[in-house]
Amino acid sequence: MTARRHPLLLPALIALTLIAALGSLTLGAVPLAPGRVLAVLTGGGDEVARAILIDLRMPRMLLGLIVGAILGLAGASLQGYLRNPLAEPSVLGASNAAALGAVCALYFGLAHVHPVILPLLAITTSLVAIAALFLLAGPSESPLTLILAGIAVATLAGAGISLSLNLSPNPFAAMEIMSWLMGSLENRSYAHVSIALPCVLIGSALLIADGRTLDALTLGEEGAQALGADLAKTRLRIMLGVAIGVGGAVAVSGAIGFVGLIVPHLVRPLTDRSPSAILVPSLLGGAALLTFADIGVRLIPTSSELKLGVLTALLGVPVFLVHLMRERRLW
Amino acid sequence: MVTIRTEEITVRLGRYPAVSGITLDLFPGQLVGIVGPNGAGKSTLIRAMLGLAKSVSGTVSIDGTPIARLSRQEIARRIAYLPQGQTLHWPLLVERLAALGRMPHLGPLSRLSPQDEALIDAALARADVLHLKGRIATELSGGERARVLLARALAVGAPALIADEPLAALDPGHQIDVMDLLKAEARGGALVVTVLHDLGMAARYCDRLLLMDRGKLVADGVPLDVLTEQSLAEVYGISACIDANGDWPLILPTGRIKG
Repeated sequence: MTARRHPLLLPALIALTLIAALGSLTLGAVPLAPGRVLAVLTGGGDEVARAILIDLRMPRMLLGLIVGAILGLAGASLQGYLRNPLAEPSVLGASNAAALGAVCALYFGLAHVHPVILPLLAITTSLVAIAALFLLAGPSESPLTLILAGIAVATLAGAGISLSLNLSPNPFAAMEIMSWLMGSLENRSYAHVSIALPCVLIGSALLIADGRTLDALTLGEEGAQALGADLAKTRLRIMLGVAIGVGGAVAVSGAIGFVGLIVPHLVRPLTDRSPSAILVPSLLGGAALLTFADIGVRLIPTSSELKLGVLTALLGVPVFLVHLMRERRLW
Repeated sequence: MVTIRTEEITVRLGRYPAVSGITLDLFPGQLVGIVGPNGAGKSTLIRAMLGLAKSVSGTVSIDGTPIARLSRQEIARRIAYLPQGQTLHWPLLVERLAALGRMPHLGPLSRLSPQDEALIDAALARADVLHLKGRIATELSGGERARVLLARALAVGAPALIADEPLAALDPGHQIDVMDLLKAEARGGALVVTVLHDLGMAARYCDRLLLMDRGKLVADGVPLDVLTEQSLAEVYGISACIDANGDWPLILPTGRIKG
């Protein structure tokens, strides 16, 4: 059962990710010539370039890569497990729920008590949301049930966030909460990287090893079980992996939607279309896509910087439309 | 070599028992057919044998070990299962689909060995679908897909095979091919259990028939002892012309008994 991919897919994605990372260091509000970037990276360079690069752009680049990676992988894994090409952390409400946890931590001032509380709360609420989703959707294999359950969970989490906006004590608090809804990597530091990185590593480790069971699920739940798949364990790993990975990512970036939807759809045609074959490409593709999108929000000339979640949503809608047209056989 | 034993098993689907109090011993080397009208509990019975049914009372054991004590993988290595009329959720290549049959034998991250590949090709050839190897399974005809799924079950290489309505969607030629294949598996020492609706095929090929009605086992034995005019009338509500004198037993349903 060796997954087949286009032989150049992985090398191309790695190259793309490296280009995105380099672009993220080079491009921004203050143009830095590649020469100056290179000088800093090799240990030299001037003070200004060093400050911009090491303290501002480097953590932002790292966060773009790791947040994008887990969003892409979580999308691919959920699509495989739920046998549904529309499954994705934000469509299913996991991202919104994590954002709700983060907002609660901010609203009640818990975030200032200890820096671990915010990501912990984000992970917990995201786990609750996914558990509720799996419970609501049940063993049904219909995409409709799942999407409906996802809408219910996402709407509830959204309502919670709106409530906190509604009741927020002052406009600054409201602004801060709003930024969690739209997602951004602006002004992030290494402290944020140190929160997100372990969560994303644990989440990825939980999600990446179940490819074979995901493939077996092509035959439905009983078909997979009759092939020896332990679905209860797989479900637990996926729930924990998505909650910890996406929860940790959302805790630093806010809810960034659609990456997990777009990336598997882009890489799938370059593989044999089996769920296992898109896991690693989706991880790499997510990292590259989000980093490119983050370069985009920096370069698009607007009065205040565009929010990352806005851009990914704009990219995600066409993917939905293409899927709709295929369903209606207009394509 | 595998024997399956069920002791007083009852399976409830909702409030009603779909299978009630069935005790059976199934031995290797036999082709066992399960027949009965729609809703008689045939599929539920075989799902219980595989440990896939929920709320089962009584015990099912494989080679004397209760299945509750076996892991899913251990069951999967012993019994290959071909569910009825399967929908495929992703457009997999035929060879990838058949390769899933090797899953019970592989560790989570290990790859297919050349022996695995050879077994997959052999299974595809036996189900007469080797020429479809490079095609996408969801784009095949219903009958071709059914044979690919049969190849998937054969690729497991398990000592027992349970097939739920393997003849549905097949043309007469391939129906005969599949029954020949199941018979050959049994002659090779495997235990083969299959749900059938074609009583003629069941009588002609099976070594032993189980006749089910409303969750109960109403007859068990060699085909012509099980399928009599009386039993068909009672269980199916049909009249039938049964001819046991030719080279092959013939069973032709002739009409519905009103009443």
